[in-house]
Order: sequence, then C-alpha cells, then structure tokens
Amino acid sequence: MSWLGNLKEKVGTPSQWYSDFTRTPVWKSIFRHKLPNDPKNRALVVLTNVFLHLHPVRMRKQGLRVSYTWCMGGISFFLFLSLTVTGILLMFYYRPTAQHAYPDMLDLMESASLGIMREMHRWGAHLMIITVWLHMLRVFLTGSYKPPREFNWVVGVLLLVLTLLFSFTGYLLPWDQLAMWAVTVGSNMARATPMMGAEGPGMQLMQLGDVPLITAGSDVRFVLLAGRFVGEGALLRFYVLHCLGIPFIFVILLAVHFWRVRRDGGISGPGKGGKLAL
Amino acid sequence: MIELLKGFMNGLFQPAIALTLTIVLVSALYKFRRVVTQNKLVASLVVASPLLFFFVSAFDENFWIQFKRPDNIPIAAMMFLVVFFTWFALKLAVDNDDRIRDGRPPKEAEPEEEEKVFVWPDLVYSELLCLLLVSILLVVWSILIPAPLEEPANPQLTPNPSKAPWYFLGLQEILVYFDPWLAGVIIPTFIVIGLMAIPYLDTNPKGNGYYTFEERRSEIFLFQFGFIVLWVFLVFEGTFLRGPNWNFYGPYEFWDPHKLVPLTNVQLSEFIWARWLGIGLPSFWLVREFFGIVLMLVYFIALPVWLASSFLRKYFEQMGLFRYVIFSHLLLWMVLIPIKMYLRWTVNLKYFVAIPEFLFNI
Ligand code: HEM
Repeated sequence: MSWLGNLKEKVGTPSQWYSDFTRTPVWKSIFRHKLPNDPKNRALVVLTNVFLHLHPVRMRKQGLRVSYTWCMGGISFFLFLSLTVTGILLMFYYRPTAQHAYPDMLDLMESASLGIMREMHRWGAHLMIITVWLHMLRVFLTGSYKPPREFNWVVGVLLLVLTLLFSFTGYLLPWDQLAMWAVTVGSNMARATPMMGAEGPGMQLMQLGDVPLITAGSDVRFVLLAGRFVGEGALLRFYVLHCLGIPFIFVILLAVHFWRVRRDGGISGPGKGGKLAL
Repeated sequence: MIELLKGFMNGLFQPAIALTLTIVLVSALYKFRRVVTQNKLVASLVVASPLLFFFVSAFDENFWIQFKRPDNIPIAAMMFLVVFFTWFALKLAVDNDDRIRDGRPPKEAEPEEEEKVFVWPDLVYSELLCLLLVSILLVVWSILIPAPLEEPANPQLTPNPSKAPWYFLGLQEILVYFDPWLAGVIIPTFIVIGLMAIPYLDTNPKGNGYYTFEERRSEIFLFQFGFIVLWVFLVFEGTFLRGPNWNFYGPYEFWDPHKLVPLTNVQLSEFIWARWLGIGLPSFWLVREFFGIVLMLVYFIALPVWLASSFLRKYFEQMGLFRYVIFSHLLLWMVLIPIKMYLRWTVNLKYFVAIPEFLFNI
C-alpha cells in the first residue's frame, strides 16, 4: 500500500494546505503580515487593514471593559451597518410612488424569499435609537465629554439627531395609515415654526407690502413635504432623504466621530486628558 | 380584589401622580444609592421592576392589546434597559466613591487597568462577540415578530389616536401643555442645543473618565431628570397611557373612544381679570396679557439674576456670566415643562400668555 502513503504525502494535511496557501502570491498580495500571534504581526494586522485601522494598535485595558463602555457605540455602529445592508436589499423591491409603495410592501412580505429583511430593518432601527440613547447615557455618566472630548460629544449629538431623522423619514415609506399619520402629526409641528411656518408666531411680520410671504404654500412645512399635506411629493422627498441624503451626512459625521475618538486619546480614562481628581 | 388593585394602579398612572412618582423614584434611587446597589434583594427588585410590571400586566387583556403591538415591544425593552443601565452605572459609581473616600483611586485608575493590550485579538474579539449576539437577537426577533403593515394610507381617514413615531411621543405629550411652536419647534431645538452645550457648560473637572456620583451630584441628577423623567417616562406615557383623542387611559383601562374628559382650561388673563379683579377681559392684547408678560419676564430675566446670588451662586461663580446666562435659561426652560404640567393638572391653567392675534402663546 505504499502508493497510498505516497498519495498522502503528496496531498498533505489541511494545515499544510493552509501554510502552502499563505505562501502563494495571491495571499501575499492581500495580507501583508504573518499570522497575528506575536507583537509585530498583531500591530501589522491592524495597521495594514483599512477596516481594523479604525482602531489603535494597542489600548488601555480599561477601554476594553464592557462594563465601562457597555459596547453601546460599537453596537450602534453595527446596527447601522446591518441597516445599510437590509436597506439596500429592500430598495430592490420598493418604488417610492403612491401607486406602488404599499403594494410593493405587500409583495415583499408575501413573496420575497428570505422574508425577514423588512423585520430586520424595522426592529434594527428601533433598537439603534435605544442603543444610541444608552451610548449617550454612558458617555455622560463616565464624564467622557469633558476635555479633550467636548467636540466629539457635539458630533455625537448630531449623530443622534440624524439617527432620529433616519427613522422618521423611513417611517413614511410603507405608505400605510400608521406611516402617513405619524408623519402628518410630526410634520404639523413645522407649521408653527416662528417666522417660517404658516401658523407660527411672527408670520405676520413676513410680508412684502400686502403680500404675505409665509403661507401654507410656502412655509417650511411645504418645503419638507413638497405639498400642503403628506402626499406623493413627500413620499419621494422622504425616500431620497432616507436612502441618500441622511446617510451621506451620517457617514461623514461617523468618520469624524471615530477619528476623534482616537485623536482625543482613545476611550476615556482617569489617567488621560482629565486630571485625576483625588 | 384584582379589580381593586387594577383600579388602584390605573389611578397611580394618572399623569400627575405618575410624573411625581417618577421624580420621587429617581431621587430615591440616587439618595439611597448604597442600599439600592449593595443590598441584593433591593437591587434585584429595582432591576427587575420593569420586567415584573410588563410581565404581570400582560395578563390584563386591555394592557395586552397595547403591549402586543409589535412597535411597542422595543419600548418595553427600553424601559428595562434604561433602568438596568442606570442602576449598573450607579453601582460602579458607588464602588468608586467608596474607593475615593478611602483615598484610593477609582477602579478605572488601577495600574492593571492602565496596562496596554493589543487590539488584535482582545478588542476585535469582544467586538465580534457583540456583533454575533446582536445579530442573533435581531434575527430571532425578526423571525418571531412580523413587522406591522396597516391599511393603505388614506388622507381622508384620520386614525384616532394619531401618534407620532414612538421616540417623539415625549414631544407629543408636551404638546398638551404647550403651543406647537414651543412643543414642536423651540423645545426640541433647545434640547439639541442644550445637549451640545453640556461639555462647555460643565466646568467641573472631576469625574472625567470614570464612574462616580459624589463628585458630580447635580450634573448627574440634572441629566437623569431630563433623560428619565422628561424623555423616557413621557415616551412611556405617550405609548401606553394615551389613547383616543390623546386622552389618558390607565394601563388596565379599555381604550374607549367615547371617554369624555371635561376641557375646562383657563388662561392666566381670565384668572386675573375675570376671576380675581371681577372686571371683564380688556380688549387690547397688551393690557389683557400684561400680567402674563410680566410673569414671563420675571421668570426668564429676574429669576436667573436672583438665582445667581442664591441657589446657583456656586455655578455663577464657577461659570462666569456668559455661560451662566445660557445655563440658567436652558435650565429654566427645562423646569418650565413640569411646572406647566402641574399647573394644568391643579388649576387647569392653559397659557400664561395667550395672544392668538400673533399666534403667540406660552
Ligand atoms: C449613531 C450614533 C453613534 C455611533 C455609531 C457612535 C459610535 C461610537 C463608538 C464606537 C465609540 C467608541 C467607544 C464606545 O463604543 O463607547 C464612541 C465614543 C464616543 N461617543 Fe459615540 N456614537 C454615536 C453617537 C453618539 C452620541 C449621541 C454621543 C453623545 C451625545 C456620542 C459621544 C461619544 C463620545 C464623547 C465618545 C468618546 C467616549 C470615550 O472616549 O469614552 N456618540 N462612539
């Protein structure tokens, strides 16, 4: 049976396959380091990978503790990514017109395979709002907004506002009663904007001679809804904002947020930045 | 017996009582923080209280109707998470406060915590674990509970109640007490500006990078008052306790759309001119609203000046004039919300200043 032994030698074991494979030009062109089990390669794995590069190479042990960060920022970010993926899948099935939007939702629920994309998107969105609030709570309670991290807190607040706007614009898209009336209630507020809403204080001041500048057909609510009520214009506007406008700003702010976490000295701690008050 | 208990609970959740109770409970949590975090029985009771409430209540059919709406499930989850994390942070804070009192550094400053570790694999590993857990949660949740889809949108058919998305229900609740230009525009703007201003207003250098309560009592209490009382509680109320016509319904009460609630709100001007002075309302708005306007000027201008020399003296001295002006105004706006609520509940006050001529009501 020596031919079998020969064959075994030629084919090799899985660990040999792996080490052979890591020696191929293809592998070497992708990964610029060896297995990350020594300090040098552990540094390289972070430095040479654009995604891991969000992280520093080394950090204080305390910043690692889940009891300290609750991992809430990370979970919010992960939910954002998962919402992006499910959102893209949903876009394949959805047309933002009064005629198609609702039937498309029905189709999506009844006939699309892997039929939990809508659920994952909706529950993920609710969850993200909660995790962002909790992230803010932990940043507050650890005093992590104190110098030098003041500005990153401000960026965070903007991210929070955008998270809410994300959800608000998305709420309209199913085009059912819940959607239409929730957005009606929400956008009615804009009517009362001082100086800029048709029923807001000071709108009488906004006149040119006898011609009122601010009317139901020209106030901020009209701009938001592209009409006097929540109709097809609003649907398109909200769709574009939801899928393109808000993500565009969000991603930029997210980049700033992560960049600043590192620039400001990593996860906050008593030794860093803040004077240890004893 | 059970009916009696349910009736009692319904009464307990009456907005005036529930808001007061929430304030009392949050205060008690911080006041008795040692017991709450160190006595195992009390601790478990506090942490489990939202779960207990939702679990027991779910047996009531009226509560179940509201609870089982798929969009309300995250709100129930949020109540639990907010209580848990508030408690958890308090526990870490109490531990640190004890250490600091003994002259030791907070736990976060122990030498071993300062030790540097490699991000790969330590951090990447916990991130992956978090990611897996959240994915599993999300997938299971999505399989178990389908997303709701109601009747197609119909501009002719207004549902009752019409509710904003759940995270804005706190604002919709404030809308009961304030004109839309305040509840829908000014107050949200101030919330956002106020949040962004926190790092620049808080001049206390202590408590940077570790959990503590005793080094930042007022800051933490103020923040939690805004977050738990004026935001999370109002979201809860708007979701579970506000039914048709935005009327109040106890948690175990049936949402009867014909429930009649007398509307007898009175303007401040009517109180003064008609009830107290016994003469009719003057027709010119400036005269009519004179007292209300003066009251507001006193509240927003004289009161901060007086506070600067009394209760908030410490802050005034630490912050300097400019910061203090901004801080005191944000604070006064925040406090105006519960003040207005209580005035509505006790004396049916509608507006301090009501000038419908200019669509201007406070
Ligand atoms: C979409 C929303 C957000 C995402 C994805 C996000 C993500 C993150 C991540 C991943 C971190 C690293 C540490 C951690 O996980 O706790 C972080 C830190 C931080 N975040 Fe956020 N964040 C968001 C919103 C906010 C909000 C609303 C605030 C405050 C109002 C905020 C303020 C901060 C600050 C000050 C830090 C530094 C904390 C420290 O050094 O300990 N972020 N954020």
